[in-house]
Amino acid sequence: MEGEGLEVVEVSMKVNGKPVKAKVPARMLLVHFLRDVLGLTGTHVGCDTSNCGACTVIMNGKAVKSCTVFAFMADGAEILTIEGLAQNGKLHPIQEAFWENHGLQCGFCTPGMIMTLYDFLNRNPEPTEEEVRRAIEGNLCRCTGYVNIVRSALAAAEKMRAVGRWVKGGA
Amino acid sequence: MARERRYIGKRIKRKEDPRLITGKGLYVDDIHLPGMVYAAFLRPPYAHARIKSIDTSKAEKIPGVIGVFTGEYFKDKVAPLTTAWALTNADLKPVKWPVVAYDKVRFTGDIVAVVVAEDPYTAYDALEAIEVEYEPLPVVVDVEEAVKPGAPQLHDEAPGNIAFKWTFRGGRDFDEVAKEADIIVKKRFINQRLIPSAMETRAAVASYNPATGELTVWVTSQNPHVHRLIMASVLGIPEHKLRVIAPDVGGGFGSKIPVYPGEVIVARLAMDLGRPVKWVETRRENFLGTIHGRDHVDYVEVAAKKNGEVLGVRVRTLANLGAYISTAAPGVPTILFGLMLSGPYKIKSVDVEVKGVLTNTTPVDAYRGAGRPEATYILERMMDIVARRLGMDPADVRRVNLIEKAPYTAVTGLTYDSGRYLEVFEKALKIAEYYKWREVQSEERRKGRLIGIGISSYIEMCGLAPSRIARATGFGLGLWESVLVRVHPTGKVSVYTGSHPHGQGEETSFAQIVAEELGIPIEDVEIVHGDTAQTPFGMGTYGSRTTPVGGAAVYRAVAKIKEKARKIAAALLEAREEDIEFSEGKFYVKGHPEKSVTFQDVALAAYTADKLPPDVEPGLEAIAFYDPENFTFPYGTHIAVVEVDPETFKVKILRYVAVDDAGVIINPLLAEGQVHGGVVQGIAQALYEYAVYDENGNLLTAGFNDYMIPTALDVPNIESYFEETPAPHNPLGAKGIGETGTIAATPAVVNAVLDALAHLGIEHIDMPLTPYRIWKALKEAGLLEKLKAGGE
Ligand code: FES
Ligand code: FES
Repeated sequence: MEGEGLEVVEVSMKVNGKPVKAKVPARMLLVHFLRDVLGLTGTHVGCDTSNCGACTVIMNGKAVKSCTVFAFMADGAEILTIEGLAQNGKLHPIQEAFWENHGLQCGFCTPGMIMTLYDFLNRNPEPTEEEVRRAIEGNLCRCTGYVNIVRSALAAAEKMRAVGRWVKGGA
Repeated sequence: MARERRYIGKRIKRKEDPRLITGKGLYVDDIHLPGMVYAAFLRPPYAHARIKSIDTSKAEKIPGVIGVFTGEYFKDKVAPLTTAWALTNADLKPVKWPVVAYDKVRFTGDIVAVVVAEDPYTAYDALEAIEVEYEPLPVVVDVEEAVKPGAPQLHDEAPGNIAFKWTFRGGRDFDEVAKEADIIVKKRFINQRLIPSAMETRAAVASYNPATGELTVWVTSQNPHVHRLIMASVLGIPEHKLRVIAPDVGGGFGSKIPVYPGEVIVARLAMDLGRPVKWVETRRENFLGTIHGRDHVDYVEVAAKKNGEVLGVRVRTLANLGAYISTAAPGVPTILFGLMLSGPYKIKSVDVEVKGVLTNTTPVDAYRGAGRPEATYILERMMDIVARRLGMDPADVRRVNLIEKAPYTAVTGLTYDSGRYLEVFEKALKIAEYYKWREVQSEERRKGRLIGIGISSYIEMCGLAPSRIARATGFGLGLWESVLVRVHPTGKVSVYTGSHPHGQGEETSFAQIVAEELGIPIEDVEIVHGDTAQTPFGMGTYGSRTTPVGGAAVYRAVAKIKEKARKIAAALLEAREEDIEFSEGKFYVKGHPEKSVTFQDVALAAYTADKLPPDVEPGLEAIAFYDPENFTFPYGTHIAVVEVDPETFKVKILRYVAVDDAGVIINPLLAEGQVHGGVVQGIAQALYEYAVYDENGNLLTAGFNDYMIPTALDVPNIESYFEETPAPHNPLGAKGIGETGTIAATPAVVNAVLDALAHLGIEHIDMPLTPYRIWKALKEAGLLEKLKAGGE
């Protein structure tokens, strides 16, 4: 066991459109790389058992729990975090919908929720309430009772349909 | 006063959201200071053991480890934690909680050693290299076992593991009213242990400047000034040299009220090591070391008449306090529980005795609702059971018992401030289509479907609290709230509140109050909170107090600003003060609306100061400390309709209606959010959550895999309605909405499930009503066959 994961590896990836490169211990989790190395603290850690989804980011177009990925596994990947979602200072429709529908209280689960929905609404632009609930099943929220999160997701879907195309996160 | 309101009562989206939806919030774990090092805590594998020796030498040799510190190190440097609610007339024992254990560990969340390292990964590696020799001691986790003679003893100071014994009698003698009763119902209820589970675990960062002696601690706290006061005292440093900052806090639900060993340890180490120290609790540690809630065994007797009238309630409670007495723990199962045992009903006798019991488990303290859900559960279950035994509809039993009008002095001595209890009850029945569901229920029952309808009518004492009452119960301080309202020369306003919202949204609702009263745009108001160096001493956010107490302080301070501003305006307009009117952000001379100055003109004049009347000082700011005259008493009725699957015994909520009267609602959007979240936590207790210990004191539910907080799939949509009967003694008329949902929902859902099973002959099942428990109850009663046969 001794020393396992202590060797240093070089990783490079694109995060929110910007290329980044760093030497990190092989055992460093992607979430810690984002938070502690890159200072992108919008991605949160809420558990140590991959249950809560607070750490969700988009990796190569798919939502992943960044606490279940080593930083080196993201070598060469494109990562989108909550910080990269607004485009030129304009909120993404999902962010707008959360704001308008009071989809957050303490805000701790929110970045993960939004990133999960970003992936989900991309694949399912016309979801039912039941489908939204299923989509965020891996994201825990202790504040909202999910009522307004579900409402926000449905409102976001509508906004995005109104624009007529998938709204990509900014870079 | 009948003028159109621009902000109060409006669904205004939150000012706090732009930072939180873009990843720009600042939680404690987001703080990174130059030279910062990381602490990790070793917790014991035993729930009760003597520490024989600790060998830290291997851990110390690991590269990157700065030091390993044990109880011996802290013993004489840091005073042990004690409770801040020194419950009076209860023989409260002086139990002490050393921040790092040195002789004994008493639960698996105790701290045995602290590693400080250059990075957190190394700190956790080093924990594994510490060798501790323990002498295991007998363990007790169950309250009923803990009070038996010969049970393992936790503290010498508390013989028999009894931390306190509290009794309360209100109204007539129970045995007397029992003589007039037609039935006496006796029940034993378990109000199971819950784990608050805020999504942000607890964390602390401490930084010390030896040159100035100033210590700054960022901590996940609901009450930074309370943290400062207690921490300064246990650390032995002057209060004014300690600055406590609680930045964005990721949920609390009571669990971030207490002062814990963690923050005290990092504070001390930052002083000793000369480097900033950070500690972030893991989720497992959060389950082990952060307070739990509820955990009662309640023996209840109710005396009722044939017509359903409940005359008296007698309760004998064993309240599990865990291994130590946490900050507010003694008040929760006593004052906040016992005084609520007559609910919104005309009950004539309340007789309660509570023993606070120490066990080898995580300390128990205030969890959302704190005592009031436990009381409401007892009453609402009993209302249903009385109905069942008398062959009455549960709605009719409540009609007989509900208080007709307020103010009403309850048998407990509390004066309920205002309310239309029966009217709101009827409204809830109507919205939820109660009688239609009763028809559906009997029709569907014939087809083998199990549908149940549950009612819960509650009242709660909140807006904690009149200081003289808080003090009379032994609370360490008064329970007022403070605010400083500072008007800048440009007319923009900063509000420094002693409340500390962490999700409730008062950065918005307080700004609504200020903008409304000063007639300025809400964008011109900024609410600052959570930093002891910025705000006046404040009591914090809990007990549904932020709006009724903190908000009332804001209202009062703004009134003082207006008073001074009027004087200045009079001088500017060269009119008499009595002739100055204020409306829509403008001061004008009565009858001459063209002669006016704006609020902004006045603000500037307060600082240019050359045109001030002789008795007016320059500047424009006001401070207010609001001490409520009475508690506020929100109340309401919630109705749940559920279906129990006759094969899997899974419960599905078909409809959930909440009708709450919390007085004047400042922002319905936010108030609904509080109801939604509160109801879901209440549903979670009814159906899902239960902290389980094995007989050795190991917490078996120490993570989200085993302790089931609901996901989006486990809970229904919630329909929230408000009635607004203003609290007459409160400047805003507001009562508080933070806990109503949690209080009401648990019995509504449990009543509904048992209503679905009532025709089979099941009267009660203890929570949580999991499929297994329902199946087991039916099986043990030999009812599974009856169910298969259709249940009729
Ligand atoms: S931090 Fe909880 S799932 Fe990643
Ligand atoms: S908003 Fe607090 S956990 Fe979701």
